Amino acid sequence: MSRLSNAFPADRAALVTFITAGDGDTAANLDALVAGGADVIELGMPFTDPMADGPAIQAANLRSLGAGTRTADVLAIVAGFRARHPNVPLVLMGYANTMTRPTPAGFAARAAEAGADGVIIVDIPPEEAGEVAPFTANGIDVIRLATPTTDAARLPAVLRGASGFLYYVSVAGITGLQQAAQASIEDAVARLKAATDLPVAVGFGVRTPEQAEAIARVADGVVVGSAIVELVGKHGKDAPEHVRAYIRSLKTAIEAARKEVA
Amino acid sequence: MTDTAATQTATLANSLRNLPDEHGHFGQFGGRFVAETLMPLILDLEREYRAAKADPAFKAEFDDLLEHYVGRPSPLYFAERLTEYYGGAKIYFKREELNHTGAHKINNCIGQILLARRMGKTRIIAETGAGQHGVATATVAARFGLPCVIFMGAKDVERQKPNVFRMKLLGAEVHPVTSGAETLKDAMNEALRDWVANVHDTFYIIGTAAGPHPYPELVRDFQSVIGIEAREQIQKAEGRLPDLLIAAVGGGSNAIGLFHPFLDDKDVAMIGVEAAGHGIETGQHAASLMGGAPGILHGNRTYLLQDEDGQITEAHSISAGLDYPGIGPEHSWLHESGRVDYLPITDRQALDAFQLCCKLEGIIPALESSHALAALETKAREMGPDKIIVVNVSGRGDKDIFTVAEHLGVEL
Repeated sequence: MSRLSNAFPADRAALVTFITAGDGDTAANLDALVAGGADVIELGMPFTDPMADGPAIQAANLRSLGAGTRTADVLAIVAGFRARHPNVPLVLMGYANTMTRPTPAGFAARAAEAGADGVIIVDIPPEEAGEVAPFTANGIDVIRLATPTTDAARLPAVLRGASGFLYYVSVAGITGLQQAAQASIEDAVARLKAATDLPVAVGFGVRTPEQAEAIARVADGVVVGSAIVELVGKHGKDAPEHVRAYIRSLKTAIEAARKEVA
Repeated sequence: MTDTAATQTATLANSLRNLPDEHGHFGQFGGRFVAETLMPLILDLEREYRAAKADPAFKAEFDDLLEHYVGRPSPLYFAERLTEYYGGAKIYFKREELNHTGAHKINNCIGQILLARRMGKTRIIAETGAGQHGVATATVAARFGLPCVIFMGAKDVERQKPNVFRMKLLGAEVHPVTSGAETLKDAMNEALRDWVANVHDTFYIIGTAAGPHPYPELVRDFQSVIGIEAREQIQKAEGRLPDLLIAAVGGGSNAIGLFHPFLDDKDVAMIGVEAAGHGIETGQHAASLMGGAPGILHGNRTYLLQDEDGQITEAHSISAGLDYPGIGPEHSWLHESGRVDYLPITDRQALDAFQLCCKLEGIIPALESSHALAALETKAREMGPDKIIVVNVSGRGDKDIFTVAEHLGVEL
């Protein structure tokens, strides 16, 4: 159980927002996410080889690493955020090689100490679940991904050991490019919600308030990443005000959706 | 994939040839570290590969193509003048450079395209570094009439123009990759990005014995034709097994193909040669085992060049085919178990061996294979004339003459 258990209100969808750690003034951008109304923070761990990411987040990874970001810096960003925002859940998102260093248990302990509530490790599927057991042991939620290729036969394997929320990757592809058809999202969310009590958040390709509102009508959470990362890349030190205004527009749309309570 | 005494011993409980386990692990190495979108597909691939392995028609078609299209078996050749030069062990070359497309890469591509067809996939993708695997993939895609996209780092596209043109002649689309360092690992990242977006119709022909399970296993099995033939050929030539096998290791498919059928032959020693670039101590090398640490990249746990945070560092080798910051997981396991010795060879040593082989044997070896040949300098000398060494000449060096000329200060 972590802060994530209270992050998804019953009467509306949560807004889940992603930025890459070490890209720009991350602390100020994180504060802007919260000020704009983000309910859950996903903080990307920069990696040299982000093979599931599209151009926007790839570029953010390179900017961050180019600026000299180390794992210790990312964890310091988390600790600083936790001190400023004691109640806003934060999830670390990234790839196995940096998130199991020096060992899975060692990284999990450091992440827990810094105040992370969950991890999304893109390239550790349920088949390699042994790698993530130390996170659970440290009270960190292990968030699983379901995708359009996750069929009914496979879904139980994905849900076994999942906690926090279920992240539905709405397109078979990389981050930030195409968007899924609303009908396919609705079908998938219905299917997933029939199989789990975890909140279901929908992401990949979500950019506009209109899209966010449509997804918020059916899902428990709306995940926005690349569009925010692009603002950070474009506006540099002036990014926080742009980020806050954009998040506010998404949040207003989500609140307007007023999810029907089942 | 001929049935021999060697393949039968694989059923023994204490065999070194039984791995990977059902999860694709070679000890702590290997596994399936991919995004969820790809998992159903690689599970399908595994099922399909098991079915193909048990299907005599699949094996018959594979063997037929290897014989008539690739030109197998490749000869085992007694390198008489090189043997005289070193004055030690008898040196044999396994002549993979005589294969169609000029290297061992084609063996694997034939196997994988047959799997692609079996799975009903209609589009082929692959990554390439120097372009050898790209050419081999474009070749089989042409042969089977499937559209093909090759991902190649933009720097490699610039460095390897002849192979880029070959691929285009063969009908492939070459996609220059401008992300990251613009070399092989970035090409692999981009191929994975394409694959995840096109899982429904696309088959990814991985070029080496690495990646998520079952790739390391199936690439090894397709390349094992090298060792199976060599075993029969040396028995015929010398009436016994060799004392030492030597092969270059980048990802490691030519080496595992030669080694695997001999793993249970306790008296056969093996050396995998890693590219030491400017020297391990300089940090500019591609020797994952000698200069790296275990980590997770491109679908498997294996030795990687990386910093203490797990960020992948750039590899360097004069040989573009060895210029990769990882190694196949079975090699990591063979290294830790001590069954195979791994030896670093520098750019300089490889260049010397390249020239020596040209002059003494009339064979222009690939720079990759030249790393294996360079190990003879000490090994052939220290072993007596009653000993036998088999070196895998995995590819021919025509593609490398521009690189070699540049290093020798010759203007073409």
